Amino acid sequence: MDKAVNVRDIIKKNIKSKKNVTEKIMPKVFLLSASISILTTVGIVMTLIFDSYRFFSKVPLREVFSTRLAPLNANPSFGILPLINGTILTSLIAMCVAIPVGLTAAMYLSEFASEKRRKTLKPIMEVLAGIPTIVYGFFAYSFVTPLLMRIIPSLGAKNALSPGIVMGIMIIPMVASLSEDAMSSVPNSMREGAFALGATKLEVTFKVVIPAAISGIVASFVLAISRAIGETMIVTIGSGSSKNFTFDITESMQTMTAYIVEFTSGDAGIGTTGYYSLYAVGLILFLFTLVMNLIAQYISHKYREEY
Amino acid sequence: MGYQDQLITSESEVNEKFKSIKKSPVLLNKEAWNKRMEKRIIMDKVARKIFSLSTVFALVILGILFYRIGVQSAGWLNLKFLTGNLSIFPEKAGIYGAIIGSVWLMAVVIPVTLLLGVSTAIYLEEYAKEGKFQSFIKTNISNLAGVPSVIFGLLGLAVFRRLFGLGSSILAGGLTLSLLVLPIIVVASQEAIRAVPNFLRDGAYAMGATKWTTIRTVVLPASLPGILTGCILAISRAIGETAPLVVLGIPTLILAIPESLMSDFTALPIQIYYWTLDTVLTPEYANLAAATIVVLLVVLLLMNSIAIFIRNKFQRRY
Repeated sequence: MDKAVNVRDIIKKNIKSKKNVTEKIMPKVFLLSASISILTTVGIVMTLIFDSYRFFSKVPLREVFSTRLAPLNANPSFGILPLINGTILTSLIAMCVAIPVGLTAAMYLSEFASEKRRKTLKPIMEVLAGIPTIVYGFFAYSFVTPLLMRIIPSLGAKNALSPGIVMGIMIIPMVASLSEDAMSSVPNSMREGAFALGATKLEVTFKVVIPAAISGIVASFVLAISRAIGETMIVTIGSGSSKNFTFDITESMQTMTAYIVEFTSGDAGIGTTGYYSLYAVGLILFLFTLVMNLIAQYISHKYREEY
Repeated sequence: MGYQDQLITSESEVNEKFKSIKKSPVLLNKEAWNKRMEKRIIMDKVARKIFSLSTVFALVILGILFYRIGVQSAGWLNLKFLTGNLSIFPEKAGIYGAIIGSVWLMAVVIPVTLLLGVSTAIYLEEYAKEGKFQSFIKTNISNLAGVPSVIFGLLGLAVFRRLFGLGSSILAGGLTLSLLVLPIIVVASQEAIRAVPNFLRDGAYAMGATKWTTIRTVVLPASLPGILTGCILAISRAIGETAPLVVLGIPTLILAIPESLMSDFTALPIQIYYWTLDTVLTPEYANLAAATIVVLLVVLLLMNSIAIFIRNKFQRRY
């Protein structure tokens, strides 16, 4: 007869074996890489706050909230209002394009289009969403601006209107696909109930589907605004670097993102107020987009109707 | 009075009933009814047309964009342009250096994001216990995905360039882009891992496999197509990203071809940016920018087709 196998010994041996060491180490390795994403956030917040602090300790708050922005002037002034104004105006123009077109496209794709047409149109939307923003910037500057100049002769080569429109076009796929997701998650039984009462497709869309999906739709709008505020290359190329405080969208104006790009590609050396102003603008930009994203999350969680 | 007395059997009866209560009945006034129905149906048709038009609008814009860029790049996009070095003279300029620079960047981005992204996803899906910490990481990742790319440029400038002293090297640019696209690959990998059914895991456990062995031999191979698709999407985002690199301060005119991770470099999107900026002085730069855009778009289209191919060919539904 063979020696009796002691199962307990084998288990004990296994527990002490090398395999078990990797078994214990791997979760820690994974935890470490998961914490990289937290480190990134911490890094962003820390750098923004530290360097902004240096900026705010040099520049009085009254100057920061003024309309005069002249960082390279002999008598420099760091008013942020022209940048906020430029950001909000270009984003508004973008929303005027993206929301109506995106929402109606979503309604078409979700409610009206046949399955076959939907399957061909959606990938095209995805292609539109995958084009790098620098390409849109080139498109705005070399095509849309000259085109608009024929309609509005007073339009400058750099203006807020053309990049605003192109930014809106860039955001259309985002609004369309997020709203479409919200609308197609409305259960069919609700539509059928309305159809049974004799409603047309349009009435079903407006009176049943949209009210039911409203949280997702509004969240997509808010995310789109956040995207427009953070968009960089289109406005840098299309809208130029004029730091005037103006509401005239045919003129050049600078957004917060474009200011950051202009200033680093220029030679604002480390240690100057101009260098730290980048981080102050970055901090405000970060807060703007963060608040928007949090609002979007809040809306889609709080007002979501579960079916 | 039973309910049968309330049943209406003829139109005239209704009319009479309504007359006694109020004015003329609207309910069964056929003419008015038809008119209203017609209006509703027309509205429905008009709306359908308008809605489809706005979808077509997106399509048309895409067409115009491709057409314009194609026209502007015609004649400029040739082998000499692809293999030539940069030059301030538009006729001589080529983008070989930019192509190599982009390839180098991806050589940093791919391993870093794949390693970090997949292990983060494994942690979140397989190891982390449901709780505050897990949901904290998840919220954090979804918020990171919404941070504008310029901000990542500022992070790279402060941390990789200033703190670590990496300068405007490939490594600094690559690491910055890696952090930028990390959320994309984490979310994609999470979805892929979640889609692996539990009975596969249970089977492995039943055969005596430990947790890590199960993940390594069962979960990861099964979720590989999804992870690869996410990886390709992340790379195609990184390869076209301009703002963070410009913020890092990549020099304008680089003539040398990058040789190591620490070399200065230029990349395709940066080249497009500088040429577009300088079209005021030299109009031909617009053609060079358009030709570079064609190269970039072809690369992106290729990568997306590969992603779709992988998704269709290898993805299994359990």
